[in-house]
Amino acid sequence: MRLLKIIPDNTNIGFVRVRHIAFAITALLTVAALVLTVVRGLNLGVDFVGGVSIEEKFTTAPPLDEVRALVNGLGLGEAALQQLGGPNTITIRLPPPESSDPAAVDAMVEKVKAALAAKFPGASFSNYSTVSGKVSGELVQNGILAVLLAIIGIAIFSWFRYEWQFGVSTAVAIIHDVLMTIGFFALTQLVFDLNIVAAVLTIIGYSINDKMVIDDRIRENMRKFRKMGMRELIDLSVNETLPRTVMTSLTIMLALASLLIWGGHVLRGFASAMMLGIVVGTYSSVYVSSSLLITLGLKPGFREAKADASNAERVAPRDLP
Amino acid sequence: MLDFPRWKILSIAIGLALLVSLSIPSFVPKSVRETWPSWMPRPAVNLGLDLAGGSYLLLEAQTADVAKAKLNQMEEQVRAEMRRDPRIEIGDVSVQGGKLTFMVRDSAKVDAVRERLLAITGSGVGTTGQREWDVAVVDSSRFVLTPTDAGLQQSIDTAMNDAREVVDKRINGLGTLEPTVVREGGNRIVVQVPGLDDPTALKKLLGQTAQLEFRLVDTTADPQQVAQGIAPAGSVLMPYADGGGMIAVQRQVMITGGMLVNATQTYDPQSGAPGVTLQLDGAGSKRFAKVTQENSGKPFAIIVDNKVISAPRINEPILGGSAVINGGFTVQSANELAIALRSGKLPIALKVVQESTVSPELGADSIRAGITASIIAVVAVIAFMILTYGRFGLYATFAVVINVLVILGVMGLLNATLTLPGIAGFVLTIGTAVDANVLINERIREERRRGRSVMQAVELGYKEASRTIFEANVTHAIAGFIMLALGSGPVRGFAVVLLIGIATSVFTAVVFTRMLVTIWLRRNRPAEINI
Repeated sequence: MRLLKIIPDNTNIGFVRVRHIAFAITALLTVAALVLTVVRGLNLGVDFVGGVSIEEKFTTAPPLDEVRALVNGLGLGEAALQQLGGPNTITIRLPPPESSDPAAVDAMVEKVKAALAAKFPGASFSNYSTVSGKVSGELVQNGILAVLLAIIGIAIFSWFRYEWQFGVSTAVAIIHDVLMTIGFFALTQLVFDLNIVAAVLTIIGYSINDKMVIDDRIRENMRKFRKMGMRELIDLSVNETLPRTVMTSLTIMLALASLLIWGGHVLRGFASAMMLGIVVGTYSSVYVSSSLLITLGLKPGFREAKADASNAERVAPRDLP
Repeated sequence: MLDFPRWKILSIAIGLALLVSLSIPSFVPKSVRETWPSWMPRPAVNLGLDLAGGSYLLLEAQTADVAKAKLNQMEEQVRAEMRRDPRIEIGDVSVQGGKLTFMVRDSAKVDAVRERLLAITGSGVGTTGQREWDVAVVDSSRFVLTPTDAGLQQSIDTAMNDAREVVDKRINGLGTLEPTVVREGGNRIVVQVPGLDDPTALKKLLGQTAQLEFRLVDTTADPQQVAQGIAPAGSVLMPYADGGGMIAVQRQVMITGGMLVNATQTYDPQSGAPGVTLQLDGAGSKRFAKVTQENSGKPFAIIVDNKVISAPRINEPILGGSAVINGGFTVQSANELAIALRSGKLPIALKVVQESTVSPELGADSIRAGITASIIAVVAVIAFMILTYGRFGLYATFAVVINVLVILGVMGLLNATLTLPGIAGFVLTIGTAVDANVLINERIREERRRGRSVMQAVELGYKEASRTIFEANVTHAIAGFIMLALGSGPVRGFAVVLLIGIATSVFTAVVFTRMLVTIWLRRNRPAEINI
């Protein structure tokens, strides 16, 4: 049986050569994502803004305008409607009630449920959640803190394990990945909630995995080919690991695609965030983080003495591909 | 490479078989599991509320109330202590700004007061021995008592633990639910009740402090003054629970909830109306008998959470220590009050700050969708791996399948909860688990291209790739731990699966596949491999 080879052997793509163009594109896209996030804002779920979210299932696709008019007519504040998982399910989001009395939320939910059931027979609610403003503030804080700490922790780890340049380039690439993902949510206006924070953290984890594999190869080659210029060395390392990078991205994409298609509407936002993150993370591994090492002035033979002592057997020359 | 000793193979096989067997309970229904002999594994993966349907409530306590209660309690204690013989006159007692202050009338007795305060302000907190109260004297005769941070913290802690227990008791009082009630952080309690899709009754029940009091009604009060909101001396005005105006009751409390032994929902023998029957303890019974004897013919008020439920007339002395509350109850509301009273008074009022309810149908939809997606993901990944790496891909897929089962087994062992994001974590783990094998197999391809022999290529492939796999997974785990530490709800559910997956996938992908490859190589000694 002839086996599948997605990436041919011995590729020799000049990734480093185009780094200035890649940097420019990356910077442009990142700025665009940032601007988009600031201008359009994120469609934050009740996890983050507080309020009430009611998911209602109708027997047939309901006219959105009528539902909106009906809910707005209840005097509970401006309702935000969103279709989820097919035309029959609608999520209605309302601002938190002005009174802090817990009964106020119940009254609100009851009112909406009753009004909808009266107008659209057969409609049934399938879930609802409420978050107070205070808790949502904490959730936002913790979410941001988690992402920042993850980036810092990982940067410190790769700084200790390798050179500081690896830490910096990895951190930069990850910040890029995170901003791009957030920009994607600003663009599509998909609901940004706690699940998405989990997705962003996972993207960081994956992206890191990707970069570590390439960084590890760069370090290995730096010991092996001491005379080689940094550009050739990085190109060689990225090319050597390219089949793995592409294979792994593809398998994860396969898994995520099945989640997106068959995983139900609750996971849709999560799966799409992850898929975008994989694309962005792979791009930044190949084009951004490794090329950035040159800009940061990484030179071969940095820790030569140490490498000699601990990895003497690995220094044996191998043929160039 | 070929020196994979038999004992190693055996121990890996046995170890994995044991871990995999741990996943079995998660696939069989609970009713079947309970009939198993005791030596068989029983712990199964719990389904989160988003999959099982149910309600999640986050309750928050107003910790400022604890400080206030602590000060009020201390005020009572100080008054009682100073009334003791020989009595020390104090005045100008006030509880304000988180402090208790009072003046000693005879400044010669300041030292005596200090002596007595020492006895009641506690011997210290916990093992650190920090004082519970700071006692200071200003202007040579004025005492200022301030609870220390450690003292306050201890009170809050105690109150929260008691509150958690009360909440637990109350939910269990509702019947066959299987709630989890856990403290979270300093002032929060998380309540999860699977299967409950209308939490209104539960919230009502938890919203009651259930502070019970019996007080005599002040029959001398002028109805006109009461209507104007003016209480006679020695009395206070309290509202009726049903909204029917105010009533004047005596300041002095006759019976408190602390004297209660039991409360049950019953029916009035005459009218058949639902009510609550209370059973008092010895001291309470004696007290109740005495007061009812002395006040025959007068009404007394039954008060719950500062609202008057009813004010029946005392027709005859009540000697048996049991009292019946009637007052426009339904069976349900009487039952709820009985549960609330039975489970004791909440030491601290709780407020719902976050709530989510998932209907069982949506939960069932989600789990079906999640399982479908997982199965399709596994099949797609397996096909892709075999197409790409042939025999080596097949070994990798064995590793992935075992990995999935081991994760389930470990989660069951830890009694971890599988949530919807957890399923996503699962699918992602499947994706990343093959990454380790992709790394190894690509490395073997590479070494073969460089002209190494089959044995050498395989050996080097595993060796070089293992280091990279380790580096990559450590960093991945850093992200996982941060999620676990900082995350809440879905983020945490995801992190648990991710971390378990990282640990198990390294083992199955590196050690287990290496064993399979070794066994095959040893048997066949191929000169060429298709990879």
